[in-house]
Amino acid sequence: MPFRVRSKTSILLAGLVLMATGCVAESEPTVVVDEVADSSQASEDVAVVSGSDDYVILYSGRAESLVQPLIDVFTERTGIEIDIRYSGTSELAAQVLEEGEQSPAAVFLSQDAGALGALSDAGLLASLPDSITSRVDPDYTSRDDSWVGVTGRARVIAYDSETVALEDLPTDVDEIVAPQWSGKIAVAPANASFQSFVTAYRVIRGESAADQWVSGLVMSDPQKYDKNSAILEAVEAGEVSLGLINHYYWYRMASERGGDQMRAQLYFLPAGDPAAIVNVTGAAILQAQSSDLDATALVEFLVSDEAQEYFVTTTFEYPLVPGIGAPEGLPELSELAVGDFDLSDLRSIATTQELLRNYGLIF
Amino acid sequence: MSIPLVYVVWRAVDVPLSDITAVLMRPRVQELTLNTLGLSLAVALTALVMGVVIAALLSRVRFRGASSLLLISALPLAVPSYLASYGWLVAFPGLNGFLPSWLLLTAVTVPYVTLPVAAALRGTSAEGEAVARTLGLGPLRAFVDVTWPQVRPAAVAGALLVFLYTLSDFGLVAMLRFETLTWGIQQSFAASFDRSQAAILALLLVVIALVVVAAERSARGQVVTSRAKLATREPVGPLSRTLALLVVLAPPLVGVVAPLAGLAARLFQAETLRDIDLSRLGLATAATIGVSVLAALVALAIALPLAALAARYSGRWVGALETLGYLPHALPGIVVGLSLVFFSLAVLPPLYQTATILVFAYAVLFMPKALGTARSSIEGVSPDLVNVARTLGARPLNAWARVTLPLALPGLGIGALLVAIATMKELPATLLLRPTGVNTLATELWSRTSAGEFAGAAPYAAILVLVAAIPAMILSGVRRTAKEEL
Repeated sequence: MPFRVRSKTSILLAGLVLMATGCVAESEPTVVVDEVADSSQASEDVAVVSGSDDYVILYSGRAESLVQPLIDVFTERTGIEIDIRYSGTSELAAQVLEEGEQSPAAVFLSQDAGALGALSDAGLLASLPDSITSRVDPDYTSRDDSWVGVTGRARVIAYDSETVALEDLPTDVDEIVAPQWSGKIAVAPANASFQSFVTAYRVIRGESAADQWVSGLVMSDPQKYDKNSAILEAVEAGEVSLGLINHYYWYRMASERGGDQMRAQLYFLPAGDPAAIVNVTGAAILQAQSSDLDATALVEFLVSDEAQEYFVTTTFEYPLVPGIGAPEGLPELSELAVGDFDLSDLRSIATTQELLRNYGLIF
Repeated sequence: MSIPLVYVVWRAVDVPLSDITAVLMRPRVQELTLNTLGLSLAVALTALVMGVVIAALLSRVRFRGASSLLLISALPLAVPSYLASYGWLVAFPGLNGFLPSWLLLTAVTVPYVTLPVAAALRGTSAEGEAVARTLGLGPLRAFVDVTWPQVRPAAVAGALLVFLYTLSDFGLVAMLRFETLTWGIQQSFAASFDRSQAAILALLLVVIALVVVAAERSARGQVVTSRAKLATREPVGPLSRTLALLVVLAPPLVGVVAPLAGLAARLFQAETLRDIDLSRLGLATAATIGVSVLAALVALAIALPLAALAARYSGRWVGALETLGYLPHALPGIVVGLSLVFFSLAVLPPLYQTATILVFAYAVLFMPKALGTARSSIEGVSPDLVNVARTLGARPLNAWARVTLPLALPGLGIGALLVAIATMKELPATLLLRPTGVNTLATELWSRTSAGEFAGAAPYAAILVLVAAIPAMILSGVRRTAKEEL
């Protein structure tokens, strides 16, 4: 029973073989990375007596295009090589929780304070030295020195400038849930920045007022998104009239599309309003690598004048080191500070989540 | 292979039983479960019907350029669901909820049914249909009565893949804001870093998959082999031909053309175009192709013994093994990824964040894509041929390697290609398990869109679709089994 090799099959096989040989060549960089990982393994033994091997693994929940240029400057200056693992902040936090003591990461750079708090609660973060913590305004960093604030983002309202006049915008957080905005307001309830805003509301105006506000929000049929950037897209497209976001996302979009070309424009609520709080991004050193001097050097660099200036000019974020000016056109950080509220109040984020869960806003 | 299942159970048993029931009794959980079930069933059924209809039209109606039509109908496979939804959102930012999720997921998954059914139809004879027609049956009835039983295993296996794909999809439902269980799992991580709650929801997905895989086993039916001759294509009037063409082209239009047009529009909207870093693009492309080919081979190696068992034996143990093989496919990438983080650190720490674990993860995630086609192509090899080989003195394994394997090769190739395509598009597990510093096209695409650089993301999106289109195109030309050549 002779059967000939059919042309299509042989093409398929040839293709597979070609791809397989291609991947042999490709696997080279992987091998290199493995070697590097091995050297970090070796560093752990050395690190017991605290030291430097000019190599650090950084887990970054912040985007590569923002972080890499800054880290390149650091490497050039110090000779310390940094391997960076980019991912979403909450995915990275879940990963570090899973890795536990065995995490290869020495430094964690986070998009929000919530993820750092979760790692700190799990006992995975080292206490930062004074040389780092004393640099930053104490209102915008951790209380127990388990992480340090790096930059600040103001909570703002993005509004559709084609359908909403400036004078019609809410002047108080409670007006956001007024009937005229019903169905036209966008929120990201699972996002850490939204949750810290609701926490600020609870702390500043009390639990029952907060309960009322959340219930009012639910009644006004909010459009729910999974992240700030999606909200901004929706405002920009005219899908919703108002969106609660961090100011920084607008500047990021403006750098690609041109700020004055955009439909979505920014609006700051008056100082003292719970909806106008400042969220921080932050950095921490993992407990398992606490004696790695390179890690300390890296975090020190993130709160240096130079790095802070970089964030101001490149990402339009607020610097947290006193003496460095806010990005142009933005209100000063001190004007946004909200009375009695500070970051340590974010500890009660679980209460906020319970509140949001009760109203079905988060899962 | 069942590492993710063990992990999910392990995480869930940490939780007191009362808390588990409390989570399960939440009205929101029931809502998410119903959403998940509704969407997965709707997409699987629509894909089943459309896939069979399209495959039948392609093999029975005389079109100009019928073979390129089949190729075009394979293309939606190359488009990641998150990209399809993003492209549509550019043009219609208001899209959200069940309806668009249903339509878009159907468009990108129909080829899972179309391709195997088209391949099966090429292996079946249209003579039976012709006889049925002479006996007075209409063309539809003749198809249902005579041809359907012959393509049923392929069609149902394809629909199962579509169901599992929808069950575990996160990217598309997140963008279209339709809240399913995968969305709840993601939120458990994002909002409260709650791994136990995520595990409970993942277990729900596993239970749903268990029921559906069992249902598929009973709905699959036996392969009916017939001596094949090339099917005759019927000439039809211009109006019906145009209608048929529309049906055939609907999935590629919805799943490929429209989203890519949306992406292109966003590209031209950008004021600042960053230079494309060609060496980076090249590295990511090479890494993507490399891991995909390796994943395809490893997945095939895992699927082959399972498929061989399932094809020839129908015992309870074999069934259980096959079912177990399908289950990881129901889990979202982030859960499979985390389970392998846990597993490799516990068992093989030196392999953590190396290409080895990454490829293994892909194989675990996507092996079911190879399982169905591998099984049905081995089933398609007549046992008589193997018996002849045995009587000629070949030992069982020898007979298998020299008779069954070559004859089933095209079918195995289909499975491997499906795994390769899925691997190219995979994101969440890749982010967790890739060696630090290594990028695939999907992670490059992600890192740009998540930084709001849609213009910078466009070249990566284009190359990803192009690269994934190659195996999709090969797929459309592969026959299911070699038996028609005998």
